[in-house]
Amino acid sequence: MIKTDTAISVIGLEKSFKNVKVLQNINFTVRKGSIFALLGSNGAGKTTTIKILSTLIKPDQGSAQVCGFDVVRQPHQVREEISLTGQNAAVDGVLTGRENLRLIGKLRHLPDTNKKADALLERFDLLEAADRRVATYSGGMRRRLDLSMSLLGTPSVVFLDEPTTGLDPQSRITMWKIIKDLAHSGVTVFLTTQYLDEADQLADQIFILDKGKIVAEGTASELKKLLPHGHIELRFRNEKEVQTAHNLLGDYKVSLDGENQALIVTTDGSIKQMTDILNRLQNAGLSVAEFAQKLPTLEDVFLTIIGENQGKEYVK
Amino acid sequence: MIIISGIKRNFSDTAVMSGRMMRHTFRSIDTLITVVAMPIMMLLLFVYVFGGAMNTGSIDYINFLVPGIVLFTIASGVAYTAVRLNNDVTAGIFDRFYSMPISKSSILGGHVLNSVVFNMFSVILVLLVALLIGFRPEAGLAEWLIVIGIVLLFTLAMTWVAVTFGLLANSSEGAGVFAYPMLALLFISSAFVPTESMPGIVRAFAEHQPMTPLIEAVRSLLMNEPVGNNALIAVIWCVGILIAFYIAAMQIYKCKAA
Repeated sequence: MIKTDTAISVIGLEKSFKNVKVLQNINFTVRKGSIFALLGSNGAGKTTTIKILSTLIKPDQGSAQVCGFDVVRQPHQVREEISLTGQNAAVDGVLTGRENLRLIGKLRHLPDTNKKADALLERFDLLEAADRRVATYSGGMRRRLDLSMSLLGTPSVVFLDEPTTGLDPQSRITMWKIIKDLAHSGVTVFLTTQYLDEADQLADQIFILDKGKIVAEGTASELKKLLPHGHIELRFRNEKEVQTAHNLLGDYKVSLDGENQALIVTTDGSIKQMTDILNRLQNAGLSVAEFAQKLPTLEDVFLTIIGENQGKEYVK
Repeated sequence: MIIISGIKRNFSDTAVMSGRMMRHTFRSIDTLITVVAMPIMMLLLFVYVFGGAMNTGSIDYINFLVPGIVLFTIASGVAYTAVRLNNDVTAGIFDRFYSMPISKSSILGGHVLNSVVFNMFSVILVLLVALLIGFRPEAGLAEWLIVIGIVLLFTLAMTWVAVTFGLLANSSEGAGVFAYPMLALLFISSAFVPTESMPGIVRAFAEHQPMTPLIEAVRSLLMNEPVGNNALIAVIWCVGILIAFYIAAMQIYKCKAA
């Protein structure tokens, strides 16, 4: 029924909380050993999706399978295969790092828990702090411990809910490396993030979630292709000039960045359009304070898609 | 076979969870101060400061007081059970446990077991201090066993009240608040003064709320006096509270988990 190289498959998932639709018709599959990123802003439904897949809550409709087991009908089998690292580092601050690992080891009824705990402490650079209470750990250390606790049972699928939120840049990069290594070792990683560069850096497959719906999907480069190249930013000296320019360029796709007194104009990248735009501004006596050509980033994709999505909502 | 290994797993998971909570309890100085030192201070305060002015008839004030102090110890002790449980719920570690292949009942079970064990530990300490300053129980073995049974039942009932509020509260600050009405019930009972000294309405309330029959039963048993039907009323109250709050807590637990 399910192809053997599929780690997670989700069909028509729906979930509401008190009449608010949190997830609507979510479909995706995740390949074994790949990194899958669910990208979205706060409240998009990322955590709800993770909670359903990790058997914490039940979907209203649709089905989800993890490693071939149904999350509703076979939760116990699913739990044997997965590990969840939630949004707040789910570590016990009163216990030491080592005790935290041993606790999980005992609950998973692992043989030689102590040896495995030590190996993980070393792998995650926590050996020195192993016998200190976790309450004294930094944010990055807590996340690393959290993740090492997740890996203690050698799960085949790891769920990471916003693994780097609130981390300093250095810890973030360390975390990224850990996640990449995980996937290399054959573990399937399902992560959620609100950082586009994170999805860009890590994920083989990115799904963008907005208000409970999947609005775009693909690899980072596929998503970037959704935006036309030749995206220019024009910065002006004051509010009035921005407005005038905005009116002048009415037939282009223009978005206003009011805060920076700038316009972002989408072109086909041709010299013809570029000169046309600059000529119009020149003729109107407007001087551009700053001009920049921008390559599309995932952020643009995100904003463009979500912007269009919102546009449709308003029409409705 | 499957059932037996399931039960074994349940016990071992609960033991591991309870061991975790033991570490929490004994590593927390403020728990030890509140749960052990506070009742002892109350005991000393009532015996040495207020005691002289109390008229408890033929019974020495300390002998009169000890059952109330024991219940006081438990009522303030379970507040910490609620706070710890709430911390687990709000801090996300519950989600981790839920998503693991462990026996579900061990998650709450660990808290409940720890609560009972730790409260018994503090009750024993309080009783030792009471003995040092002149508490002289006259109970025989049978009476002691009944007292232990009633106190355990009360602890279990209070623990499930704590579990309910621990699951329900939005923050750990709020989780322990239920302990205040419990303590208020103790003050408006025969814990510290005989109810005969209270004005009509207060006296009627004091004599018909659960704490008074509990205290009366424990007091009579410890002093080897006729218990009357107080023990039965106390047990009925405790079992009733236990069942009501067990059902409430499990209901909330299921809602939180699903």
